[in-house]
Amino acid sequence: MITIKNLHASVDGKEILKGINLDIKAGEIHAIMGPNGSGKSTLSSVLAGKDDYEVTEGEVQFNGKNLLDMDAEDRAREGLFLAFQYPVEIPGVSNINFLKTAVNEIREYHGLTPMEGKDFLAMVKEKQKLVELDGKLTNRSVNEGFSGGEKKRNEIFQMAMLNPKLAILDETDSGLDIDALKIVANGVNTLKTKDNAFVVITHYQRLLDYIVPDFVHILYKGKIVKSGGKELALELEAKGYDEVKAKFENQ
Amino acid sequence: MIAEKSHTAQYIIEKISPSAGKVAFMNDTVLSKALLFLEKNGMPSNKYEDYKYCNVDAILKKEFKNIEQKFNQQVSVDAFKIADTYTLVMLNGHFSSTLSDTISEKGLHLSALSNMPELAKTKLGSIANVESDAFIAMNTAFSADGLYIKIDKNTVLSKPIFILHITAALSECFVNSRVLIDLEEGASASIYEEQILIGESKAFTNYLSEKFIGRNAKLNTCLIQSQSQLGYSVNTSQVALQADAHYDNTTITLNGQLVRNNHNVELLGENAQAHLNGLFTANGTSLIDNHTLMDHRVPHCESNELYKGIINHKGIGVFNGKIFVRKDAQKTNAYQSSKNILLSDDATVNAKPQLEIYANDVKCSHGTSTGKIDENAMFYLNARGIGKESAKKMLLSSFAQEVILKIENPELQEKIDQAFTNQI
Ligand SMILES: Nc1ncnc2c1ncn2[C@@H]1O[C@H](COP(=O)(O)OP(=O)(O)O)[C@@H](O)[C@H]1O
Ligand SMILES: [Mg+2]
Repeated sequence: MITIKNLHASVDGKEILKGINLDIKAGEIHAIMGPNGSGKSTLSSVLAGKDDYEVTEGEVQFNGKNLLDMDAEDRAREGLFLAFQYPVEIPGVSNINFLKTAVNEIREYHGLTPMEGKDFLAMVKEKQKLVELDGKLTNRSVNEGFSGGEKKRNEIFQMAMLNPKLAILDETDSGLDIDALKIVANGVNTLKTKDNAFVVITHYQRLLDYIVPDFVHILYKGKIVKSGGKELALELEAKGYDEVKAKFENQ
Repeated sequence: MIAEKSHTAQYIIEKISPSAGKVAFMNDTVLSKALLFLEKNGMPSNKYEDYKYCNVDAILKKEFKNIEQKFNQQVSVDAFKIADTYTLVMLNGHFSSTLSDTISEKGLHLSALSNMPELAKTKLGSIANVESDAFIAMNTAFSADGLYIKIDKNTVLSKPIFILHITAALSECFVNSRVLIDLEEGASASIYEEQILIGESKAFTNYLSEKFIGRNAKLNTCLIQSQSQLGYSVNTSQVALQADAHYDNTTITLNGQLVRNNHNVELLGENAQAHLNGLFTANGTSLIDNHTLMDHRVPHCESNELYKGIINHKGIGVFNGKIFVRKDAQKTNAYQSSKNILLSDDATVNAKPQLEIYANDVKCSHGTSTGKIDENAMFYLNARGIGKESAKKMLLSSFAQEVILKIENPELQEKIDQAFTNQI
């Protein structure tokens, strides 16, 4: 699905990602954990194509294509999805219009005709149910006045609508109560197939009780310092990051 | 010295006066005052504070060297009509009864200025002072035979009026066009206007409207400016509100090489309210300049202004909002806001609030902001597969909605929304 090799990225001349290597295959769920400021969101943004970041070294292959050569919109059209840690409020742009444009531009990229209005609305209804998102919210402006939990569920709703090949969930669980967390996890588990993959970025093991990862990686100071199975998350939960920090402080 | 100053004005007068003829509806004293003012002051250049960013004299000198006043009189208006409105057509500054709808509605009186009732003539020019601005003077001295609209006491118009201003120029032209709107006590009307240009020639329009809004009367207006990049215009709107009167205006400037709007509102009776909204796009080398004056003369009045601009390429946007609160105008509420988006490095905007407050118990606020497209919002849309161009359109259109939503008439709102989306 995606192969990241020796990825280095900087912002304003400051190196944040210092050689990331990661290989994700279809059907897999990877969790990335790590203390604040490690570079988790930077990695997500670099992959999604935010141009504040400069890639100084390395390469990323996404389903056989050079991801780093593509504009953000083309990465999305190729099937990459980022659930933002901080979803952006866009006053004056209705959620529904936004989604319709997104769905149809992605379809156009793949040579498909725009979706029929009623089919689109039926899909909206179905996917809304999946994340238990209030129907009223879809008629409002994108994320405007949404609560923290509503914003996160809206990200998962969008994910469900766009049906990506690779979805990166950047701390989608942070700040969610247990019910909302279950809803998000249920969304992911329902959408998961053998043909797609998920990267779940989180601080907390509790999400991983619901979304069970095949691999867990620890990102620290811009590098993946440790990888393992789902037991690594439990270990981290028990011991905290101190051991990791102490061990890799000087690298 | 005087000859130098008045050069442009004299040139224009020379070119337009043969076809303008004598302005029969204007009284002689006012006429000679207007001419004298023009002779003394010429056309405004950037030496005047009010025209600092809008050197009309220089633009006229450069772009209108061959004024020939050749007009096309054969135009078709059907394509421009708005459903469920009375269409009135001003062709090359003249009210055209043949192109206009035939209307018979009780309490509504329409005529060319030359046919207006004798009694009404005293109103003409009474709030447009020829010694305050060269364009008022020019218009007063050389106006074509414009339009007079009067709405009787307590009459509520059954349909909005749509005034279509067409300039159909076959050569470089300079058009002076004029409208007088008079709402008697308790009358209520919606009057929409659009300015268009037909043909391949540059045209300069000097449009003047006087609006009298009687006690407890309500006038809802909208002006769409879509003269294309061949259009140059100075539009002066003089408005006088009596007690409890309401005035709403939304001015949408879609294009134009030069558009200068002078919107001067006098709040003359207590509890009057005026709302001015504006939205413009300045592309290419357009200069779009909105100057407003809210003159609070009496207590307990309210005014609101919201102007938004999107400036691209080498476009220039100007907003100058003067709020004048006279000594007696206690309990005034006056708000003003100007927001602009610059789409290129060469685009500029000059936004200036100008508050002169002589009363002590008032609420006044103003704010201006100028920024770029929100990059985080842009990235969010791109990250969902929405391309740069459509994402830009979405964000600009959302920026504009605040103004577009002020337009009450759904047909008109839709028309403007469409036109605006095509423009950005
Ligand atoms: N746009 C930016 N400008 C400057 N510094 C940044 C920017 N984005 C991230 N950083 C810095 O990079 C480091 C990693 O940040 P981030 O990727 O957000 O970490 P995490 O998501 O793991 O908490 C932090 O030190 C942060 O301050
Ligand atoms: Mg983060």
